[in-house]
Amino acid sequence: MTLLSAGQDVAKMVIFSVYVVNKAGGLIYQYDNYVPRAEAEKTFSYPLDLVLKHHDEKVIVSFGQRDGIRVGHAVLSINGVDVMGKSTAEGKDILEYLKDPANYPVSIRFGRARLSSNEKLMLASMFHSLFAIGSQLSPEVGSSGIEMLETDVFKLHCFQTLTGIKFIVLADPRQSGIDALLRKIYEIYSDFALKNPFYSLEMPIRCELFDQNLKGALEIAEKAGNFGAGS
Amino acid sequence: MTVHNLYIFDRNGSCLYYSEWNRRKQAGISKDEEFKLMFGMLFSIRSFVSKMSPLDMKDGFLSFQTSKYRLHYYETPSGLKFVMNTDLSVPNARETLQHIYSNLYVEYIVKNPLCVPAHSLDSELFSSRLDAFIRALPYFSPRAA
Repeated sequence: MTLLSAGQDVAKMVIFSVYVVNKAGGLIYQYDNYVPRAEAEKTFSYPLDLVLKHHDEKVIVSFGQRDGIRVGHAVLSINGVDVMGKSTAEGKDILEYLKDPANYPVSIRFGRARLSSNEKLMLASMFHSLFAIGSQLSPEVGSSGIEMLETDVFKLHCFQTLTGIKFIVLADPRQSGIDALLRKIYEIYSDFALKNPFYSLEMPIRCELFDQNLKGALEIAEKAGNFGAGS
Repeated sequence: MTVHNLYIFDRNGSCLYYSEWNRRKQAGISKDEEFKLMFGMLFSIRSFVSKMSPLDMKDGFLSFQTSKYRLHYYETPSGLKFVMNTDLSVPNARETLQHIYSNLYVEYIVKNPLCVPAHSLDSELFSSRLDAFIRALPYFSPRAA
């Protein structure tokens, strides 16, 4: 039995994000409901005991995990100023900057890198293909694609409609009621995107009413999930 | 309740072992291609999951399910991948896969000086013990022919 200290809240079950993928595999809508920012800021003196490397236009930790700084975390800011990709805000290359002892002591903030829109597009298309391969490699006849993918920190739920649109929700593994939420999002899509005369099929969804109703549905699902499961 | 099939891959992608018990549909491609596709799919899922994950992960990708089957995944720190397809009634086969690794693979393959798991596992003892273990699982029941 754990005793909670004053001010510490019980782990809330959340829905992290929603993606909508069209039948060609392109991302047409994306919404981040809850983005946990696990960041660590520390002051370092020369020489830096972490090994950093370039990866995908970012500088990430490749070795030297400690104190909340994990392998794969990206450099988010140096001395309080956010970095721009591989260079500091002033345009100097980060790895060169950190090799120069004159710049120390330096305060660096590390954390999981936020996904850029391009990366989200690529991941959505990647999932579209994985969904199909899951169906092809099935040992049973008549299987659908991947409907639920589970990891230790999140569960991905996918609902494919008869027209080939996929609604994808990333949520806490203990969150319940996601199937009902996926059907509700499909309903909201048909009410506020399809019935919108200015919306073209398979194109990115830019309908305000769709956004508003989606946020409302997510709030209801989160509350219902938290209430139903208890602890 | 049943186990459909089991794959064991090494860290380079070669399929070391495959056996099936209750598979009702073949993939429509040759076995070699199927192994490559399975490994490729798992590699992509792991990469997808590590990018998509909102928090830092400890165990990573565990399983996925479709409307008809569930795929369970276990990877050892040495890069050995155990993949088992079961039907939907099996919620978590991670302990089963861990047991297969520590009590069957390590005992009969790693500790066997004649067994070099380069391309496939040739040990008769391993195959028979693994088959007996799977058939003895509480959730395994052979289909009536």
